Amino acid sequence: MRLPPYATPLERIWHYAFRIICAAILFFLIAPILIIIPLSFNHDPYFSFTSGMLRLDPKAYSLRWYWDFLDNGTSGRFATGTWAWLVDVWQNAQWARAMRNSFFIAIVSTVIATTLGTIAALGLSRPEMPYRRVIMSLLISPMIVPIIITAVGSFFFLAKIGLVKTYTGIILTHAMLGIPFVIITVTATLTGFDRNLIRAAESLGAPAHTTFFKVIMPLILPGLVSGALFAFATSFDEVVAVLFIADIEQRTIPRQMWSGIREQISPTILAVATILVVISIAMLTAIELLRRRSERLRGVTPA
Amino acid sequence: MTTLGGLAPSKPSSSDTLVAADGTPLVRKLAQVTRRARLKAFLLVLPLLLFIVVVFVLPIAQMLWLSVNEPTIRQDLPRTTARLATWDRQELPGEDVFAALVEDLKDARERQAVGRIGAMMNHVYSGARSVFVGAGRRTGSLAAPYSKALLDLDATWGDPRLWIMIQSMSQHTTSIHYLNAVDRTLDERGNITPVPENQRIHIWIFWRTLWMSALITCMCLPLGYPVAYLLASLPLRTSNLLMICVLLPFWTALLVRITAWIAILQSDGVLLSSLAALGFVDMDTAKRPQLVYNMTGTLVAMVHVLLPSMILPLYSVMKTIPPSYARAARSLGATSLTTFRRIYFPQTIPGIAAGALLVFILSVGYYITPALLGGKDGVLISNFIALHVESSLNWSLAAALGGLLLMATLILYWLFNKIVGIDSLKMG
Repeated sequence: MRLPPYATPLERIWHYAFRIICAAILFFLIAPILIIIPLSFNHDPYFSFTSGMLRLDPKAYSLRWYWDFLDNGTSGRFATGTWAWLVDVWQNAQWARAMRNSFFIAIVSTVIATTLGTIAALGLSRPEMPYRRVIMSLLISPMIVPIIITAVGSFFFLAKIGLVKTYTGIILTHAMLGIPFVIITVTATLTGFDRNLIRAAESLGAPAHTTFFKVIMPLILPGLVSGALFAFATSFDEVVAVLFIADIEQRTIPRQMWSGIREQISPTILAVATILVVISIAMLTAIELLRRRSERLRGVTPA
Repeated sequence: MTTLGGLAPSKPSSSDTLVAADGTPLVRKLAQVTRRARLKAFLLVLPLLLFIVVVFVLPIAQMLWLSVNEPTIRQDLPRTTARLATWDRQELPGEDVFAALVEDLKDARERQAVGRIGAMMNHVYSGARSVFVGAGRRTGSLAAPYSKALLDLDATWGDPRLWIMIQSMSQHTTSIHYLNAVDRTLDERGNITPVPENQRIHIWIFWRTLWMSALITCMCLPLGYPVAYLLASLPLRTSNLLMICVLLPFWTALLVRITAWIAILQSDGVLLSSLAALGFVDMDTAKRPQLVYNMTGTLVAMVHVLLPSMILPLYSVMKTIPPSYARAARSLGATSLTTFRRIYFPQTIPGIAAGALLVFILSVGYYITPALLGGKDGVLISNFIALHVESSLNWSLAAALGGLLLMATLILYWLFNKIVGIDSLKMG
């Protein structure tokens, strides 16, 4: 959108004003996330920049809260950096345990959501699929229904069948919450999928599973992986269901942050937040690369 | 296929009917194949459908069932329940009902269930707990006529409202919890009346939730529209870079964003400290305006959280609008304002509908942000549901509030489906 030569003075002013407005809005979006990164290196237990930090005094910065992230909950008997210390951190540090739980729950629920979701998306994208709209709306609804309703419902239900305060219970709930994202991304990849490729494979004598793994799978893989990443992020980010269903043993990172904010607010959560921002940048990059790959595969060239 | 179907009527003789390789008429064969294809497609979806029904639909249905059917009273006071079933609510129940209640309470006392009954009744009749516990403690010393004995013990037993509540709570389907959820109750004659003024909270919370959601949507729209327009009109290389500013918050964990807003907005946080350094607000942290743990904090953080959900649908619609329309309008003499108003804006309405509905739906059910940043006056209906589940243990009321919230959400979802269509939902 270049300024046309025939633009009136008012339009010229608006042109630049518009850009400033947009820059301000984008700043509003991104600044809160970036601001926590320097804050997490604060030496003092404050949530704001100390005068030393503003003077760029090296003494005002430290890795204190990152060490606290590792040490909090450990026995403190071992020297930092030794093998015994590392084992202690892995086993006892509360954030390390939360991290372990988060990854375990997110990975297992992602596998369930992606497997079931992809198979269903294959069916949903077939032109013969009966009641397509209704079923699709139902499968997307976990994303729409307020999380508190889902969480409370799951809590009552899982309590009845004895799965409350278990990993199984949380994993099932998180898989359910991730499914809409898998369905949406995979069906999006499958629209514009050339069904003749399947017919060609079949007419050449390929059995169904060969057709799936050799023809369909490579083409929908980008959509599948980005759906899986969405499901992973959903579970990794989810706290309400965990609040109701999980016990202290199944605490995840967001749940730990929740009590960090509620009970003992310390800059350690800023350190954790910084680590999570790095993880989300990694996921965002992966998604973007996948999107480009998908466009290339489907022959859609960016304008 | 259509040509083959068209051939059939022109050659009526049976010997000429088109047949498939195995001898069945082609029409029937075709129907067979179609049926099989439909079945195949359905079978692929079936596992997920069952999963969703078991893990998602069933739990919610079970919760909603709790809002009309709470079995505690029915099970703990079986004789009273049976006697009250035919009571016409005209005058106090007869001696037989009182006798049945005393019998039930005797049994309940042995099972140590009186406290549970009292707590359950207390949800619909304040003060019922002590009335029931008091009666439960004396069941051994009560003698016929029981109505007089109970009334001597506690005059509250003479209140028809208490009996109406026992009757409602013992019914297989009761509307009492839904009435409670909209700040209504039953009076002495069983008519629906509003609860006393100082107890009316739910309607107010519902209104606040809707009002806040509308406010958030109205704030997201003017913030999201220019950004979406900029992203859609810039060359792809630049817009992809700027898109990171939109997508990174979208991908960052919610708790991280909330932490960030606490760091920024609290009284000695980044924003107010900088403003203080510039002389705009007081240096004394106690005198600074409160920006977090109230409605302001919730509002700012929720707009930040939901803004990408507004920008992304807008962007995907604007991306499809050919710039030549606007150019044509300009070359025909329209001013830039007219071009925008008459040509560009109408084409973006589907995106506005999608974004606004999505943001509204998401904010109506929001829980975490108000719970952490809302303090006392920033809480929404979701937080109330959680409160009734966790602290007051009034699960039926929580279920009823949840039922109303769910109904509102489903109506909006239906609207979204109708106007926008779920097929157009895209991620990233």
